[in-house]
Amino acid sequence: MEQPRYIVTTTPHIRSRDSIERTMLFVLIALAPAAVLGVVFFGVRALFIILISVTSAVCFEALYQKLARKPVTVTDGSAVVTGLLLALILPPGLPLWMPVVGAFAAIVLVKQLFGGLGHNFLNPALAARAMLMAAYALPMTVSFTAPRTAPDATASATPLMLLESGEFTPAGADFLASFLGNVGGSIGETSAVALLAGGVFLLATKVISWHIPVSFIASAAVFTALFHPEGFSGEVVGYHMLAGGLILGAFFMATDYPTSPVTPLGKILFGVGCGVITMVIRLYGGFPEGVAYAILLMNLTVPLIDRYIRPHVLGKRAKAGQP
Amino acid sequence: MRIASMKRGIHPPENKETALTPIKYFFPRNGAEMVYPMLQHIGAPCQPTVEVGDYVEVGQKVGDCAAAVSSPVHATVSGPVRDIRTVITPTGRRCVAVVMENDGKYRDHPACNQPVDYIQLPREKILAHIRECGIVGMGGAGFPTHVKLNPPPEKKIDTVIVNAAECEPYLTNDHRVMLEEPKRIMLGLEILLHLFPEARGVIAVENNKPDAIELLGKMIESPKVTVMAVKTRYPQGAEKQLIQTCMKREVPSGGFPMDVGCIVQNVDTVIALHRAFHRGRPLMRKIMTIAGGAVNNPGNYKVRFGMSYRDIIEAIGGLKCDPYKIIIGGPMMGVSHYTFDIPVIKTSSAFLLFTEKESKVHPERACFRCGKCVEHCPVGLMPLELNKFAIADHYDRFRDYNGLDCIECGCCSYICPAKRHLTQSISTIRRELLAARS
Repeated sequence: MEQPRYIVTTTPHIRSRDSIERTMLFVLIALAPAAVLGVVFFGVRALFIILISVTSAVCFEALYQKLARKPVTVTDGSAVVTGLLLALILPPGLPLWMPVVGAFAAIVLVKQLFGGLGHNFLNPALAARAMLMAAYALPMTVSFTAPRTAPDATASATPLMLLESGEFTPAGADFLASFLGNVGGSIGETSAVALLAGGVFLLATKVISWHIPVSFIASAAVFTALFHPEGFSGEVVGYHMLAGGLILGAFFMATDYPTSPVTPLGKILFGVGCGVITMVIRLYGGFPEGVAYAILLMNLTVPLIDRYIRPHVLGKRAKAGQP
Repeated sequence: MRIASMKRGIHPPENKETALTPIKYFFPRNGAEMVYPMLQHIGAPCQPTVEVGDYVEVGQKVGDCAAAVSSPVHATVSGPVRDIRTVITPTGRRCVAVVMENDGKYRDHPACNQPVDYIQLPREKILAHIRECGIVGMGGAGFPTHVKLNPPPEKKIDTVIVNAAECEPYLTNDHRVMLEEPKRIMLGLEILLHLFPEARGVIAVENNKPDAIELLGKMIESPKVTVMAVKTRYPQGAEKQLIQTCMKREVPSGGFPMDVGCIVQNVDTVIALHRAFHRGRPLMRKIMTIAGGAVNNPGNYKVRFGMSYRDIIEAIGGLKCDPYKIIIGGPMMGVSHYTFDIPVIKTSSAFLLFTEKESKVHPERACFRCGKCVEHCPVGLMPLELNKFAIADHYDRFRDYNGLDCIECGCCSYICPAKRHLTQSISTIRRELLAARS
C-alpha cells in the first residue's frame, strides 16, 4: 500500500480569517459614505475624478509590477484604497488628467519604488497630493467648487481658505452644513458625519485602534483652545475640528498601517504630533490647511518612534532569579 | 465582578464539542506492538532496564536514569520485550525505545498497586516516590514533577496553582477530567499542599467551563483551596501567563514560577499524583482529546502509553476520510506528523486529524505593519521586527528586541492578516541562539 502524504507545517495549525483583502475591503466600506456624499454634493465631476484616480492607481500598480517582473498583487485592493483616498482629497473641479499624475506619484514613486505594499515611508495619497500642490499650485487652489446644494452656489473657496483670508469668522458659521458636508472642500473631506460613521466602522471591526484618531483630534482641539491668536472660543475650536481634512486625516490617513507606529503609546505620540503640527500650520502658517503636511512630517518620525517606544516585555521589570 | 484575565493574547474559535461526551476507555489490542521511548520528558534520556526476551509486567520499569533531571519509563501492558531500537517520538526527536508485545493478560507488577501514605513520609521520600512513578508535567512540556516540587529552600512557595485553563482550541480532556474525577483532583492537591504547608491552592479554570467551576467549587473541603474562574483567552494556560492572571505577579525573564513564590501543576499531573499515592500506580496513561473533521468518533479517550496512533485510530472507530494533516497536540502548539506509526508518550496531549479544508496552507504575503502581532503578543514582543531580524540573521538585534523571551504560542502567526510565518521564523532563530548558549 502506498503511504499517504500528509501536510507537515510548523505551528500554529489554525489561522484567523483576517487577510489583507479583508482589511482593504473594510477600509473601502468605511470610505463609501464619504465618497457617495462627495458625489451628491459636488456632482458627476467628482465621480469622474474618483473613477479616474482609482483606475489609474490600479493600472500603474499592475503595470509597474509587470515591468519590474514582480508578482502582480493588484487584487489585494491596496491600490484601490490609495486611488480612492487620493480622489477624496482632491478639489472637485480639478482637470481630469491631474488625478492620473497623482496616482502615478502615489503608486509608482511613493509605494512601488520603495518595495511595494508595507514598505512606503510616506502615505502615498498624501504624498501625491503634496506633489500636485507643488507642481500645479493654481488648479489645486482654485478648483474648489461649491456644493450644488449650497445656498450660495457661487462661492468657490473652502471654509479654511475664508478663515485664512479673514473673510469669515466661525461665529456665524452653519455648523449643520459643516457636519453634513454641505460646504466647499475636497471631494471626500467635507462630510464629518459620513467620515465619522466610517471611522466608527473601522474601530468596531478593529481595523484601526482609537489611539491615533483620538489623540490627533483631541490634541488639535486642545492646541486650538490654548493657542488661537484670537483667544479661546468654543465655536472656533468646533469649527476647526469640522472644517478641512482633519477627520478624514485622523481616521483614514494617519492610521495608514505602513506609515504609523505599531505600539499604542507610539500611536498616541504620533497622533499628538499630527494634531499639533496641523494646527500650527493652520493658525500660524501660510497655508489654510495643514493636515496633509502634518501627517507627512509625522510619517518620517515613525521609524524613530517604533525604535524607542516598545511594549513592556513580561518579566523584564523584575530581575531574573537563579533556578 | 471583573474576571481575571491575561494581557493581550487571542480568542480563536473554540471547537470544544468533545466536552459533551464522557471519557471512553479502551485496551490496546492483543498482540499489538507497544513502543516505550526512553525520552518522554525534559532532561536526561533513560537507559533500558530490561533486555530483549524478558517478560515484563504492567507498571514495571523498562527504563531509568541516575541523572537528577530525568524520569523513569514504565510498561503499560504485560508481555515479552521484542526489540530495543531507535524510534521517532511525537516531539520529533530520535531516541532508543523498548518494544514490547502485548500479551493481553495485563498482569500487574508486584511493586504496583501499593498505596503509599504520604502523611507519614519525610519530604525526600515523597519526592522519591513521585520520581519512581515517572510523573512529569502533563501539560505538554514534560518537566519531571519531582524536580519541580523541590525548589531550593530560599524560594518560599505561597501558592500552588492547578492549571486547568485548557486554553488551546479543540482540547477538552482537562474539562472532562474535572467533571468526572473532581475528587481525585482535590486529593492530588492535598498531596501538593502537604509538600508546601505554607501555600494555598488555586485551581484556575477558564470561564468557558462553568460546569467544571461549579462542581469543583462544591467539592472544596479545605479552606486553603479556591477555584478561580479566569477569562477564556489563549495562551492563558502558559505558566507565566497564568501566574500573571491569578497572582498579578510577573515571573522574571529567564526565571521560574518559584521566583515569585508559585508552583504550577497541570490538572492531569495532579491526578497522576493522586494515583501514585492512593493507588500506587505509576504514570501509564493519559486522557487524550481526539478530534478533527476526519475522525468518525471524536471524543476524549484514556490511552495507555506505548500504543501507536495507528492502533488508536482503529480502536476508536476509524476515519471518515483521509486526513490531510496529523497533529499531535493542540492546533496552536502541536506538532504535525507525516505518519501514524509513532507511539503515545507522556507529553502527547491531543490528537487532531484535519481534513483538506481544515489544513489550508496560506501563502506568505508582505507585512503591511498593521501591528496586530504587537497588539496580541502575550509577552509584549514585536513579532514583525523579530521576523525581519530572523530573516536577515540579525542575531544581535533579535536579542535586543527580547526574541529569547518568545514562548512560541503562535498568537502572532494566528492573527497576522498577511499570513506571515512569524512564529516559525522567530522560534527557529530562538532555538539556534538557545542551543549556542548552552
